[in-house]
Amino acid sequence: MGRRISYRDALREALREALQADPRVFLMGEDVGRYGGTYAVSKGLLDEFGPERIRDTPLSELGFVGAGIGAALGGMRPIVEVMTVNFSLLALDPIINTAAMLHHMSGGQFSVPLVIRMATGAGRQVAAQHSNSFEGWYAHVPGLRVLAPATVEDARAMLAPALADPDPVLIFEHAQLYNLEGELPDDGPLTVDIHSARVRRAGTDVSLITFGGCLTKALQAAEQLAAQGISAEVIDLRVLRPLDDATVMASVRKCRRAVVIDEGWRSGSLAAEVMARIAEQAFFDLDAPLARVCSEEVPIPYARHMEEAALPQVPKIVAAVQALLGNTP
Amino acid sequence: MIEFKLPSLGADMDEGTLLTWAVKPGDSVHRGQVVAVVDTSKAAVDVEIWHDGVVHELLVQPGEKVPVGTVLATLLAPGEVAAPPETVLVAARHAVSPSARKRARELGLDPDTLSGTGAQGSVTLADIEAAAAPSAAPDRQTEMRKAIAAAMSRSKREIPHYYLSETIPMANALTWLLQRNEGRPITERILPAVLLLKAVAMALKRTPELNGFYRDGAFQPALAVHAGVAISLRGGGLVAPALHDVGVKPLEQLMRELADLVKRARAGSLRSSEMSDPTLTVTNLGDQGVESVFGVIYPPQVALVGFGSVTVRPWVQDGEIRAQPVLCATLAADHRASDGHRGALFLAELHALLQQPQALADAAALPATNQGTLT
Repeated sequence: MGRRISYRDALREALREALQADPRVFLMGEDVGRYGGTYAVSKGLLDEFGPERIRDTPLSELGFVGAGIGAALGGMRPIVEVMTVNFSLLALDPIINTAAMLHHMSGGQFSVPLVIRMATGAGRQVAAQHSNSFEGWYAHVPGLRVLAPATVEDARAMLAPALADPDPVLIFEHAQLYNLEGELPDDGPLTVDIHSARVRRAGTDVSLITFGGCLTKALQAAEQLAAQGISAEVIDLRVLRPLDDATVMASVRKCRRAVVIDEGWRSGSLAAEVMARIAEQAFFDLDAPLARVCSEEVPIPYARHMEEAALPQVPKIVAAVQALLGNTP
Repeated sequence: MIEFKLPSLGADMDEGTLLTWAVKPGDSVHRGQVVAVVDTSKAAVDVEIWHDGVVHELLVQPGEKVPVGTVLATLLAPGEVAAPPETVLVAARHAVSPSARKRARELGLDPDTLSGTGAQGSVTLADIEAAAAPSAAPDRQTEMRKAIAAAMSRSKREIPHYYLSETIPMANALTWLLQRNEGRPITERILPAVLLLKAVAMALKRTPELNGFYRDGAFQPALAVHAGVAISLRGGGLVAPALHDVGVKPLEQLMRELADLVKRARAGSLRSSEMSDPTLTVTNLGDQGVESVFGVIYPPQVALVGFGSVTVRPWVQDGEIRAQPVLCATLAADHRASDGHRGALFLAELHALLQQPQALADAAALPATNQGTLT
């Protein structure tokens, strides 16, 4: 039998395991120590590991992300928590111009074994400036590996291979997932890879391709579609860079129809990239136009009903699938 | 611009499949010319056009099944010049999904001829597979049975039939035919059926309310008699195509045309006007040996005349009993269009006409009415 655990607790277990396993590992970020983390992920770790390894930082993303890069270059294995993706904009320069490019710029002499964790996404009525989904932006950049754990298992097990990667890895935790509960095995090592997509539900009529916070919605949509006799396959991308084309194309070649669900804005979204790759690689297997369900192209509204209307939702996914199958409501 | 629409080739026809075009854009066509072959549930029919003109555009492609009334083609009237298109419209591309197009190529199908069930009406892989599946070759027997069932059910549902019968002595007529045919080659002999058709057409002059159509709550008389001749087909089913203008054609001509009609009906190459023009139906089951037949009217016609077999019966004439060949003629008529009294007059007239076969043969040839104008 497995044990039930929340996404938040699974992340904390992963951090503790990493801190215990390797003295080079340390965590730093805003409020990760005494406050226990804005999402309570690092709660209790300061007491267990002390202020040398659980370090509160000033409100300066540019500064502490840069410090993390320096520590990584100096032989440490830093885990930097940028509270949310919204604030990571202040650290774009060190993340992209330094962390992602140093290996290239140094002719392979330097690697940056840095892990950056951040919360992402909307849906909690925290208004436009705290509700962005910029995973797709980072997935644009060569030199970065971008992960989007959408399950308790990935929350628990993605950190170890991310730390083992000699190059910078960004982990995006959708803020609506922290309370998600799931089953984990009682004991024994839990390992996952950080290069492949996964089929979370098998189906034959349409591929629902998604990641992060939209996985739950896609699975719910698949359930509703099943009741209508439509068999939907749900693909969890998990790794947004580099994309696992093989798994996506295998699913699309089987189902011949695809809907990409992405909380990012439609234009220039990761969904657009996935669709382009399908068109490039599986065009002759398609039996319907490609479709996507993305966020409306507005700053995410504060009002609950407006926010809900702006985001991908289960009924929108179901309607998109029905349209692909020629069933106009 | 003249629109050429798919005609209804009978009360039982709702749709037809265009099989081939006999013309192409730019061709001049003349009234009565066969321009297309259309498959109905009963037969492949040569469809005629009723306008002179020049074919402008063919709008329905071979293989397409369309409802009656669909514009099949447009024609330029004589002297008309096609208006230059005001805006150059790019023809909407027939949407075919990539996988459907690929599969169609493998199967040697043209996906552009199929209608789609997918997103935005696109042709999908499933549509291609369905089209390629060994589709039950159109089962003519089943289709025809359905068509007959529909027409006859409608007839019995809508038409208040009344029935009359009259036994007609045939000695004069048969003797006259025997003399008329004597010494002539088989191909020039006239069969009794032709004399009967002629007699029906002449008798209708007295009772025009039996010849025509009941449509939209009113009877519309027909000027000419286009007799629908019930022809049973080998393998089952029947058609009743028109023998045109029976009233004004000489017996010899009627004989030739009837033979041709039967041959073409059985070969499945009837013309559209023959399918749609009959103004009343004549059925003759004499060959099967039955004495009388009370028919079911083919809507929207209002009468059906039935003939049984010629049999020799004891017959009282001038106070004496003699063996005499007799024929039972029946009338099934639509009570909305006529009453039994008028029907009785028709049968009495038929009786009288068949006693004077030479007069029937000599019946004044009136100018033929134009085919098709009344239908």
